[in-house]
Amino acid sequence: MRVELDEPKCVAAGQCVMASPEVFDQRDDDGVAILLEEQPADELLDGVREAVAICPAAAIRLVDQ
Amino acid sequence: MRRILVVGASAAGLSAAETLRREGYEGTLTLVGDEPHPPYDRPPLSKQILASEWERDRLTLRSTGELDALELDLRLGTAATGLDLDGRAVLLADGTRVAYDGLIVATGVRPRRLPGDGHAHVLRTLDDALALRDRLGEGRRLVVVGAGFLGAEAAAVARGLGAEVTLLEPAPVPLGHAVGAEVGRVLSAAHLEHGVDLRTGVTVREVTGGGVRLADGELVAGDEVLVAVGSLPNTEWLTGSGLTVGDGLVCDEYCEAVRESPGPTKSPGPTPGGVYAAGDVARWHNPLFGASMRIEHRTNAAEQGMAAARNLLHPQARKPFAPVPYFWSDQYGMKVQAFGHLRGHDEVTVVEGDLAERRFLVAYRRGDHLTGVLAVGMPPKAIRGWRQAVAVRSTWRDAVPATGVL
Repeated sequence: MRVELDEPKCVAAGQCVMASPEVFDQRDDDGVAILLEEQPADELLDGVREAVAICPAAAIRLVDQ
Repeated sequence: MRRILVVGASAAGLSAAETLRREGYEGTLTLVGDEPHPPYDRPPLSKQILASEWERDRLTLRSTGELDALELDLRLGTAATGLDLDGRAVLLADGTRVAYDGLIVATGVRPRRLPGDGHAHVLRTLDDALALRDRLGEGRRLVVVGAGFLGAEAAAVARGLGAEVTLLEPAPVPLGHAVGAEVGRVLSAAHLEHGVDLRTGVTVREVTGGGVRLADGELVAGDEVLVAVGSLPNTEWLTGSGLTVGDGLVCDEYCEAVRESPGPTKSPGPTPGGVYAAGDVARWHNPLFGASMRIEHRTNAAEQGMAAARNLLHPQARKPFAPVPYFWSDQYGMKVQAFGHLRGHDEVTVVEGDLAERRFLVAYRRGDHLTGVLAVGMPPKAIRGWRQAVAVRSTWRDAVPATGVL
């Protein structure tokens, strides 16, 4: 599975970092999300799915590659 | 459970539907929405859509393929008109009756309007935003009634498009009751700097053909009027159903709707099949703050949709819904972010940065606890630390040692 982050959509809420800190971080200057792991290990996928679901900008997608 | 019905096809309803599938529910899943559009996102309506920075296709919450994968019985453009609680069925505007084993109510809110003969815009739906955007531009005069977050964002965008903006607010300081007078004054200053004619302490009586009429009789002229004076929960279709309605659909801490009490000595008992609510329409008891809340924020819609779906699906393993509410607002390049329960606070204190520099974090106290924080222009790691302090119910004394109440 591959994570896609639509950066211009990001509203810097940081919800993804709280749901999945191994896969997401935020830029220091404006809080926009950073993707740490584009292809996370299977055990991280539940957290990523949570992040996809609660992202208030619908800016994250988990896609079959 | 073989038939679950979700009424409301916006962020909360979609989140509930997706959660049900993710948690393994394989039965019939009906999603009903009163708008004709597939689920779309609302926060950009008063931001990128109004500013013409985005086209409408950017709002789509899920692709056609993603929606197809949910295998929904999707009924768009159809409002719910009634609930037969004991018969476990919802009546739709097209005359059909949809039977269910479990129900999630996510019918949201609609804008409050003002009396008067003139035409006034509101800003809730995509169609509302497109209609207003068509009428804004260089030199157009826009009167915005209500300087809450929605009105403020629209005023900021309209100024950016070159419109002349008058912003009318009954309170002495915009958003003072919500975020405190100190922060409200920072936001006011931004309006004034950008040339908005902000008038506080004024009450609008009606919308006229050429603007709005104030309580004292004065006419405030404008080419367009936007009314942004709050919302009303969409609960009329539940009237007489046996569920408790009172500024929203009243729910317990599990987001399960509460039946009307049949009498002073009788317990109303659980809802047949399980009726839950999520999003703007749901008034539930948040045990983290020990308070009844109804939250009209985008993140709450997604989180509560998930919580309601899980509790409906797993009645033996229900969890109280105890979130730290979050919202953000974009105004004149400032991003305002807030966590927690700010309303009804007893004290506001600047704990980082400086209000005058528009780079600050303020903390809110209620009783002995830190109940919320609001930040402008602060680094995300600093904000997350404070959010965590709210989430663990820190006392004010522990969280704010330098200024703690003694």
